[in-house]
Amino acid sequence: MAYDASAWEAVIGLEVHCQLLTRSKIFSGAPTQYGAAPNTQADAVTLGLPGVLPVLNASALEMAVKFGLAIQAQIAERCVFARKHYFYPDLPKGYQISQYEQPIVAKGHLDIELADGSVKRIGITRAHLEEDAGKSLHEGFAGATGIDLNRAGTPLIEIVSEPDLRSPAEAVAYLKKLHQLVVYLGICDGNMQEGSFRCDANVSVRRRGDTRFGTRTETKNVNSFRFVEKAIEYEIQRQIDILESGGRVVQETRLFNPDTGETRAMRSKEEAMDYRYFPDPDLLPVVVGPAEIDRIRATMPELPEAKKQRFMTQYGLSKYDATVLTSEAALADYYEDVVRISGADAKLCANWVITDLLGALNKRGEDITASPVTAAMLAGLIARIADQTISGKLAKDVFEAMLAGEGTADEIIKAKGLVQITDEGAIRKAIEDVIAQNPRQLADYRAGKDKLFGFFVGQVMKATQGKANPELVNRLLKDRLAS
Amino acid sequence: MSFSIEHIQQVAHLARLALGPEQAAHYARQLSDILEMVGQLARADTQGVEPMAHPLEMHQRLRPDVVTETDRREVFQALAPAVENGLYIVPKVIE
Amino acid sequence: MHSLTLKEMAAGLRARKFSARELTQHYLRRIETFDGQINSFITVTAGQALAQAAAADEKLARAEGGPLTGIPLAQKDIFCTQGVKTSCGSRMLDNFIAPYDATIVRKLHHEAGMVMLGKCNMDEFAMGSSNETSWYGPVKNPWDLTRVPGGSSGGSVAAVAAGLAPVATASDTGGSIRQPAALTNLTGIKPTYGRVSRYGMIAFASSLDQAGVVARSAEDAAYVLQAMSGFDPLDSTSVDRPVDDLVAGLNRPIRGLRIGLPKEYFAAGLAPEVRARVMAAVGVFEQLGAVISEISLPNAPLSVPTYYVVAPAEASSNLARYDGVRYGYRAQGVKTLEELYKRSRGEGFGPEVQRRIMIGTYVLSHGYYDAYYLKAQKVRKLICEDFRRAFEQVDLVLGPTTTDVAFKLGAKTDDPVAMYLNDIYTIAANLAGIPAMSLPCGFVDGLPVGLQLMGNYFDEARLLNAAHQYQQATDFHKQMPQAFR
Repeated sequence: MAYDASAWEAVIGLEVHCQLLTRSKIFSGAPTQYGAAPNTQADAVTLGLPGVLPVLNASALEMAVKFGLAIQAQIAERCVFARKHYFYPDLPKGYQISQYEQPIVAKGHLDIELADGSVKRIGITRAHLEEDAGKSLHEGFAGATGIDLNRAGTPLIEIVSEPDLRSPAEAVAYLKKLHQLVVYLGICDGNMQEGSFRCDANVSVRRRGDTRFGTRTETKNVNSFRFVEKAIEYEIQRQIDILESGGRVVQETRLFNPDTGETRAMRSKEEAMDYRYFPDPDLLPVVVGPAEIDRIRATMPELPEAKKQRFMTQYGLSKYDATVLTSEAALADYYEDVVRISGADAKLCANWVITDLLGALNKRGEDITASPVTAAMLAGLIARIADQTISGKLAKDVFEAMLAGEGTADEIIKAKGLVQITDEGAIRKAIEDVIAQNPRQLADYRAGKDKLFGFFVGQVMKATQGKANPELVNRLLKDRLAS
Repeated sequence: MSFSIEHIQQVAHLARLALGPEQAAHYARQLSDILEMVGQLARADTQGVEPMAHPLEMHQRLRPDVVTETDRREVFQALAPAVENGLYIVPKVIE
Repeated sequence: MHSLTLKEMAAGLRARKFSARELTQHYLRRIETFDGQINSFITVTAGQALAQAAAADEKLARAEGGPLTGIPLAQKDIFCTQGVKTSCGSRMLDNFIAPYDATIVRKLHHEAGMVMLGKCNMDEFAMGSSNETSWYGPVKNPWDLTRVPGGSSGGSVAAVAAGLAPVATASDTGGSIRQPAALTNLTGIKPTYGRVSRYGMIAFASSLDQAGVVARSAEDAAYVLQAMSGFDPLDSTSVDRPVDDLVAGLNRPIRGLRIGLPKEYFAAGLAPEVRARVMAAVGVFEQLGAVISEISLPNAPLSVPTYYVVAPAEASSNLARYDGVRYGYRAQGVKTLEELYKRSRGEGFGPEVQRRIMIGTYVLSHGYYDAYYLKAQKVRKLICEDFRRAFEQVDLVLGPTTTDVAFKLGAKTDDPVAMYLNDIYTIAANLAGIPAMSLPCGFVDGLPVGLQLMGNYFDEARLLNAAHQYQQATDFHKQMPQAFR
């Protein structure tokens, strides 16, 4: 950490904009796919044509409720949409439909784990539904800006944390936890590069021991975990430098530049904003009754924390293994499929998934959902280890072949003739051959050079092209050498 | 309530309306009159009265999450003052 | 032909006395002959009208269609009509060809088979009570060309009053159907908020706007309102509730109908001659068996100040979309974004719209919201409660529609407050969301006087029934201005 944390304390709150995974927009039937040609998903409502009206998307509401339930928040029985006014070309109506005084979700929390292993509870002030704005493209037009409104009207929840975070690391831990949660819930694809999950950081600093908050700045456009950490670190240091040189921090909106790692004041936000919020007269109060909440609760998936605990008790996994395997819902599902289909030891399965599969996917830069080795395929391989058809060592080769698309474990074992030799007679024969070919080593071994045992094992394995069952080789060789 | 020219210009800026000095003076007078009339509201006793945003006490109806709209960019952009490569064009925006 | 009722017209069409094409041509000719005097149309859609008429004739030949098939209608230019300029009376939308149809346009033309003659002039964005704020120039009152027709639906009423259209759509945010209907001897009805879809009706003040009809009788209005009404999933504020049969209910006797006269509607400010005509009408209702009583709407005097907070607030927001970026007017030669906004809006909007945008911006801005907007919302509740109590005692509320007959063009253009007080009797119904109508009840010096009836929520059938019974006993509504017969 760059700044002197013994003298200064940072106070950080995050505002996260999370695009909801609906098919259509929050107030119209236009599609929400990323990457479409400009303005091809901007329908009459999105464009704010004269006379059009908004109607609320049921899925967007349901997803916001799911999020609220997942953070143990209060779900407002009655929430209200309000208009937030400002002029900007990517905001077609001159106002954003958002929620102000009565948001759908209030007073929740998320627990994060700190570096020392302790758990810290981060308050979530509120989460409200709103529509996304379009995009302004500043490059490629001489003296002009191009406006693409495809993104306008995409449903968002804005998740506002309490200023409970005290370091860039805590901020990142919170953000990662939140990211994991919304992806788990299936309400957001979590794609930060495409802007599905975006973060603004409110940062202030104060001298250790001060009870009052300092003046804060809001840094926008920090769209990766690493950038969040860098932007906050930069902002903390900048504010400390100002204060230490006797200056005053100005409350302002700043923009993070990922190329330089610096933040700068936004020119377009210089003037004080007066958003003139008032209840949107085109939309009526939204009522979510207890029965509706119960219905939504019943559709909630198992959440990461609960899943982790269950993996530890049900499968006897270590905390580390359970944490890794439950980091993503898709990975956890994959693991559980492997255990179920293979019928093998859960720990063995965990090792294969974490070490071999994730290692390979990492190297290939692939996601679990795009794994060339399906859960059924990996389970098939582990089953062959469990029933001793192949050795663990050979299994690694089979796994490589599966990754290369050569087929299922059984197909590869058959094609390569890799079935393990468990016939004691065949192994004894190999042992006799090895002993006959290595009289000097035999003499040395018998003279007390115990280390040579490994040599004989290796020779036997080599003679059987690695197919001999290692335990059998060990036992039979030991018997033979002792005789 | 009486509007100064300066205040009128502030409001006009919030509303993004270009007003010349004469217009601003004219509006200042008229808006002062209007707000004086509106000032009668202060007389009403509204202690404990719920503000009313909608004439009917109804709740928001929900729309099923279904895509119903197809691409009509060509039709819509035929209405636009300036378009290039499918984008609406405005003078350079400085962030 | 232009003195026929809609029912007679429909019968004439079915009996092949005339075709929809002939009927349409008759009105198109009248528009060509007379509209130069009154300026009631912004756009005449002759080609489209004749095509719709031909389609209607084919339907009629197959004995298909309904009671409105082939009957011409003029649309207020506030309703989006696909492929046809929809200006809302504003320079801002002078070049706007609507890319979609409003729900009521779909219902009236595509479903009911009516023929659209064109788009009627109106106050800019429906803001005005005299039709003098239109970018397309003022509309003249067919009863006296030196006087205003009322507003904002001035073009709609002038066209129907002059016999340039048998019936027209209109919209009413604070009286924009009833006040001009009163000043031009028409029957105009604003239904309950939520009864007619607002989808495609260009918004002025969303919580007050409601579409309706101006016609030459309650019966004509009933036919058209029936076809316009109904639930629309595209409008969140549309009410999902069956529509009463408005036509079938017209002939019920009104014996025993309880009618309340709010004393606040007969207080100082009401012209004595207007008062006399209204009281004469009360006498007719009594003869028809209605039971008359005096009631009180104590907060009614606060309607105008409440309205001039709520309506401009919503308007300032609804009109923020006109920014010169995606459609509409864009100022020439702008260098910066701020200039684009300010000049496009400064040049595209007229003074009345600018005034209201500024009032609305002001009352919503930081530090003033509670004193103005929130306060107005609370007073709105009080006004609404007045009506709730009134309808515990009476079935309908009766009063004048306006304080006086039509005033001279230009008389109030530089005095916004005097202009706003025109709507003193009509605004309360919008604030409460109840249905209300105006119908002719006599003349003062040859100028029409209107009578207002207000009903409880969704009581359109009762309103039209009472109006129709009154019109069976009187013939004021049958009078036409001399110059346009």
